[in-house]
Amino acid sequence: MPAVLKDDPANLWERARARGAVLEPEAMRILAAAGVPVVRHGFARRLEEAEEAARRLGYPVVAKVVSPAILHKSDVGGVETAVADPAGLAAAWARLSRLEGFTGALIAERLSGLELIVGAKIDWQFGPVILLGLGGTAVEIYRDVVTRLAPLHERDVASMVCCLRGARLLTGFRGCPAVNLPKLTAVLLAFSRLVVENAERIDSIDLNPVFCTPERCVVADARILLAPAP
Amino acid sequence: MEAFDFRPLLRPRRIAVAGVSLTNDRHPANVIYNKIRLRYPVPVDAVNPRGGRYLRDPVYPSFEEVPEPPDLAVIAVRAEAVPECIAQCIRRGVGGAVIVSGGFAESGRGDLQERIADMAREARFPFIGPNCLGVYAPGRFDTFFLPGERLVRPDPGGVGFVSQSGGVLVDQMVKFSAQGLGLSLAVSIGNKALVREIDLLRYFAADPETRVIAFYVEGFGRNEGRAFVEEARAAGKPVVVLKAGKTDAGRRAVGSHTASLAGDHRVFSDALAQFGVAEAHDEFELTCFCESLSHYPRAIEGRVGVVTVSGGHGALATDVLSGLGLEVPPLSEALQAEIREGLSANVRPIASLANPVDLTGSSTDEDFLAALAALGKSPEVDCILLLLLPYSPGISADLGARLSESHRQSGKPLVAYVPHVEKYRILIEGFELNRIPVASSVDGAAFMVEAMRRCRPC
Repeated sequence: MPAVLKDDPANLWERARARGAVLEPEAMRILAAAGVPVVRHGFARRLEEAEEAARRLGYPVVAKVVSPAILHKSDVGGVETAVADPAGLAAAWARLSRLEGFTGALIAERLSGLELIVGAKIDWQFGPVILLGLGGTAVEIYRDVVTRLAPLHERDVASMVCCLRGARLLTGFRGCPAVNLPKLTAVLLAFSRLVVENAERIDSIDLNPVFCTPERCVVADARILLAPAP
Repeated sequence: MEAFDFRPLLRPRRIAVAGVSLTNDRHPANVIYNKIRLRYPVPVDAVNPRGGRYLRDPVYPSFEEVPEPPDLAVIAVRAEAVPECIAQCIRRGVGGAVIVSGGFAESGRGDLQERIADMAREARFPFIGPNCLGVYAPGRFDTFFLPGERLVRPDPGGVGFVSQSGGVLVDQMVKFSAQGLGLSLAVSIGNKALVREIDLLRYFAADPETRVIAFYVEGFGRNEGRAFVEEARAAGKPVVVLKAGKTDAGRRAVGSHTASLAGDHRVFSDALAQFGVAEAHDEFELTCFCESLSHYPRAIEGRVGVVTVSGGHGALATDVLSGLGLEVPPLSEALQAEIREGLSANVRPIASLANPVDLTGSSTDEDFLAALAALGKSPEVDCILLLLLPYSPGISADLGARLSESHRQSGKPLVAYVPHVEKYRILIEGFELNRIPVASSVDGAAFMVEAMRRCRPC
């Protein structure tokens, strides 16, 4: 299949629909095609491919299980966040490949920065909704999030940032520099367009974490849940 | 969908009530028929298939046999008999109906409800309900099956109120009354089978008597919430919403963090804020917001100048305002000097003017006039909260009226707190009759200020 066709987001959605789930490498391609910056990564079905991807990206890397059966990867030990060298990668591969529904691993560059969550859901009463909040694995503990109806406009993003209790983590606080708000805005606007265009296909989306620094905002993990078949 | 013509339904010149019993005075239809006949200026006829006479007046066997066609049909018959009533109304050219009867979707008869909604939709025949109290139009008519003497009846005024719950509506009428707040119209929409919040939002937006539109909402249908907030933003009047069901009962186990974090109420609440609809968190806020926004329909940023005679009240008010996220900014030296210059000789050296502006217990009417004049024209604050404890002898009974009149020129919102006891009534009315809202507590006054900020889109 020619690369162009293979990467057409419409085809990605179709294949995911047929399978009943969007795998993370597909989610990353859908996002990238929509102009949402994603972490540099490679999808490996075999250990040799994983080693090749890690060499290309440069150690340390993150290795994450890709499985249609696993929704919350870190709950089942499906995320290895600090793979330092080829030996570590082989060990990680051995662990990940034993997980349910293993179809491969996503090998990604290790990022740092402020961890945000950017999300979407199709609300019964209000239709497509975009969420921004303080992200990471503790997202459901702090629950510091704000939502806006899509499509978002630039001023919506500014007000979302203001409305977070932890707004100062984004706008600069003591030693922490401000994150790049124009880049964050661009991410949210591109994401909002993607969600509005595909509202029929989606149940909800988590981009968590999105790493934000003074230089950039990059999606490090993506989960797209499909709407139930009509 | 083309909008309904609500005028006959909501401003009827003739009413007919179906279901009037010849023998049972307590039947809801009888309560409604009697109160309209005895207490309202609109003529009313009784309908019952059996015909006959009730209290010496004729009872007509159907809407089609009423000699003069009514604008409004009030239907309080068994659920199974409602479709026939609707059919009669449509044939007779009645303008609209209030269906008081229960026994529809709320008790498993969604089919019956859909049947009457389909009939009405096809004939462009608007009806309120079923399973509702219907309409309360102060001084004109009401369709509540509650005896008049058991109701607290607000005066005519500027609030249009729509409630999914009849009980909440009746209780809110008590609260509006206590605040001296009048209604243009209150509507209990019950099962809202046909006429829904958004239809009445459009009606109130165009109604010249309505200055603020308030809703008690339990939930919207699919995508209806979005249409509602978009319509509210376009209404050109303040819209206030009290939403029940803030805790997502039995939050369903969900796959994504977003679905779990963006629960129904979070999305609802954020959508209201995004579109500049003031969300009231409880009935007290709802009342305060309606009072404030019926006087001041424009949003503020929320930089509040607090004027007080008591340092303690100034501090309490500042706490409440700050807790709500409003600012009580320190006033500039220049502004303080300007205020001080206008104060009387014995207050000048003891007043503390940094904000709160504490005029002290020695203050007189003139000191209040001076402080408000300076704050009124300063860009440092966009709203003034006046804490008026009329204990000190320098404060006269005329102060309410005098301050209201002199302050009106500034165009800056002014909210007052005066303890609501009978002996201060002349002071309170001095404000209220001159369109300055007065709260009966410091908290209430702070919420009146907050109302103007909460209808600012964010």
